[in-house]
Amino acid sequence: MRVTGYWRNISFLYRLAGWKCTHCGAFHHYKPVICRRCRSREFTQVELPGSGRLIAYTVIRSPPKEFERYAPYSIGLIELEDGTKILSQLTDFKEDELRDGIRVEAVFRKVRVNGEQGIIEYGYKFRPVLSRS
Amino acid sequence: MVGVYVAGVGFTKIAEHWDKDLEQLMAEAAVKALEDAGVSTVNAIYVGCALSEYLQCQANLGALMAECTGLVGVPAFRSEAAEASGAAALYSGFCDIASGRSEAVLVIGGEKLSDGLPEEVSSGMLMMSGRSWYEGFMGADFYAISALLYRLYSKRYGDEGIPFFPVISHEHAEGVAHAQYPFKITLDRVLESPFIAEPLRMLEVSGIGDGAAALVLVSEGLARRLKSPKIKIFISSATDYMNPFDREDPLRLQSVMLSVSKVLEQAGVSRGEVNMVELHDSVSILGALCLESGGFSPPGAAGKLAMKGEFGLNGRLPCNTFGGLKARGHPFGATAIYQVAEIYLQLTGRAGKNQLDKPRTGLAISLSGVGAAAFTSLLKIEEV
Amino acid sequence: MSSTIFKRGPEKSSGGDMVKLGGVAIQGYGGYIPRYRIRAEEIGRMWGQDKSGFPVAEKTVAGIDEDAATMAVEAARIALRRAKIDPRRIGAVYVGSESKPYAVKPTGTIVAEAIGASPTKLAADLEFACKAGSEAMAIIASLIRSGQVEYGLAIGADTAQGRPGDALEYTAASGAAAFILGKTDHRAIAEIEAWSGYATDTPDFWRRPGDRYPMHAARFTGEPAYFKHIIGAVQSLLENDGYTLNEIDYVIFHQPNMKFPLAVAKYFKVGQEKVSPGLIANFVGNTYSACSLLGLVNVLDQAQPGQRILVASYGSGAGSDAFVLRVLDGILEKRDLAPKLAEFIRNKIYIDYSTYLKLRDEILMR
Repeated sequence: MRVTGYWRNISFLYRLAGWKCTHCGAFHHYKPVICRRCRSREFTQVELPGSGRLIAYTVIRSPPKEFERYAPYSIGLIELEDGTKILSQLTDFKEDELRDGIRVEAVFRKVRVNGEQGIIEYGYKFRPVLSRS
Repeated sequence: MVGVYVAGVGFTKIAEHWDKDLEQLMAEAAVKALEDAGVSTVNAIYVGCALSEYLQCQANLGALMAECTGLVGVPAFRSEAAEASGAAALYSGFCDIASGRSEAVLVIGGEKLSDGLPEEVSSGMLMMSGRSWYEGFMGADFYAISALLYRLYSKRYGDEGIPFFPVISHEHAEGVAHAQYPFKITLDRVLESPFIAEPLRMLEVSGIGDGAAALVLVSEGLARRLKSPKIKIFISSATDYMNPFDREDPLRLQSVMLSVSKVLEQAGVSRGEVNMVELHDSVSILGALCLESGGFSPPGAAGKLAMKGEFGLNGRLPCNTFGGLKARGHPFGATAIYQVAEIYLQLTGRAGKNQLDKPRTGLAISLSGVGAAAFTSLLKIEEV
Repeated sequence: MSSTIFKRGPEKSSGGDMVKLGGVAIQGYGGYIPRYRIRAEEIGRMWGQDKSGFPVAEKTVAGIDEDAATMAVEAARIALRRAKIDPRRIGAVYVGSESKPYAVKPTGTIVAEAIGASPTKLAADLEFACKAGSEAMAIIASLIRSGQVEYGLAIGADTAQGRPGDALEYTAASGAAAFILGKTDHRAIAEIEAWSGYATDTPDFWRRPGDRYPMHAARFTGEPAYFKHIIGAVQSLLENDGYTLNEIDYVIFHQPNMKFPLAVAKYFKVGQEKVSPGLIANFVGNTYSACSLLGLVNVLDQAQPGQRILVASYGSGAGSDAFVLRVLDGILEKRDLAPKLAEFIRNKIYIDYSTYLKLRDEILMR
């Protein structure tokens, strides 16, 4: 059953909410027992900034199960404004808009559907920032 | 610590074995290894397999393999470390003998990927390379993450020679009976192949196949009494953050660096004394990163050295002498055992047309995920 | 056309009088439309339709990873950026939609979680064809007025369906509009001065459970349905509290096409200059529950303090909600805190019909 795991993770998947180590700043998407970087046990609840810069990207053409419908889809490595690096699907871009270094922002999207009758799993994706001309 | 020796090896051809179950393949390799070693029983069995629950709906592989090899009664276990599951089983078997508890163990690695549809195998790889609610949730699979590493590598060093790694592996696999793809390919063909996840091309990644390989490990005491050649084995391992982009430098595989250094130290061997290396080239870029992180090439230079022929059968440091993961094949849980078995064939002069000139020491690097764990095995000729 | 719409005015609604809502105001608003567009011409190409006379020039198409819930969240996030309140103070979330992603499971709780408003007191989905969003506004306004919640979020969001080849296919579009309502204060954007509704059993358009596409009664959707209900709601609003259209600076009528809202304007003798700022159907299409509300968003994006706005939705089946809003000073500070609708309208990617089918999940993959 995947419902429970999804439910436990929605604050991260929806809002990039998680825990930062008070000592070294390492981000954890759930409250850890011990910091994975410095072994500290003190954490602060944070929401990661919803915008950043695209470091590199690629395109998946032979997707895993439950992603077939979305193929081809793009995966980007993003450096958020606070320096945290995260992986994300990229969405809503014209092919010529994807370049390393462009500014991107988080949006809320459907990520996959758990079978014919299962739940719809929502989460963050990033798109090129809306041009504010 | 008791010295550990390889006493025999066995493996199947890597192919789509439509007519055989996973357990049949593993039994076939195991029985060959026992025969090769000239032993009829062992003190324990260690099995490595990554995806049997997912693809075969089969767990409890330890007891199952004791039964399938006619060794009911012998203690048996299964190890899992994703693509390096075979190496994890080897590590456990090694420790069992080194500790003095067992005299002989059977190590079996097996994987049957043809039981999965391509998208299921792809999902299996997704499970192995990241967290289920992070990379797994967004479909950032092994190829995606490798492709991003490839991009970062190209930005820092350029990509010259990286697509040449598959050319080397295929050249070495030509005519190899157990190889999945026993034919040559040209660099042009690699570069003309379609993208799997740009910049990673179809011919830069290993295929999907079934295979099983097995080793018999014995203590130095038993090795002395057996007729088999005296090949001593060492193994070391280290882990890293699952996601390469959580690491200080994603282009330095800390797990490889540490496990290589530790195993050389254990064996009392310097890098210069290593005569051959089996790389984890499931994607071209990882083969290069193994060499660089292992200290066998300066950072950013592996591709250029490959183009110069340094890693060919007659080069400075022959790599993937039977085709590596790319051309011999990469049935996840079996891969590390194939790597070690191939080094054993080289050191014992049984490598046929691929035989190197009297190698004495060989090293195999086996990865799980994108270097989340590395196991480095070292084999050397050493009289007891 | 207007003179022929009604030979006599529609009868008064039974509820009678307009509801005074003074004291409740929009504290944040947000409009969202997807980036993809298909031109009416491209749809017409499939079905051999002439290049002229399409009801709108182009319409929005939701991306493959979008649905009413995701668009509701996007609009709500924009509204929250403007409202500048702690989302935990939002006590109710109502989402009006006829394309909710689940038959059973509220969209409102998804939205609340995604904007950090969870847990809320109330969160339900409403359905009343294209007027469910405005009805959500009326309910939220009442909850605030009665003091039961401090802030409430009303959303209209739809990924509208149109049967391939049907007239609706040219207009059925995707979008969402969200409004955070609260008590009127010095930070408020616009006060809801008055509201009136007009609903009857008029089966001009419907969709039965399990059906993929709605059915409609063609020309029956016009005079006895759209026109009668909008005019009914607006008239009761005007007559009961003595508003005259001269006091109104902008009017927005539900816009299933370009023709209908202009015909209503003509009926009420409202000049084009009051209609145009809220008339976006030509480049957006009919976003159903979001439709008239996105018109309101576009007007708020340009209105000045002191101006009055009249907005009237229409939902088949059938009913209309009409609101009079007075723009307040808060708009000047808040408007630029988030993207305006015009930015989304400009930021488009044209797609062809086959891409449209893929995005709209019209390709059978099993």
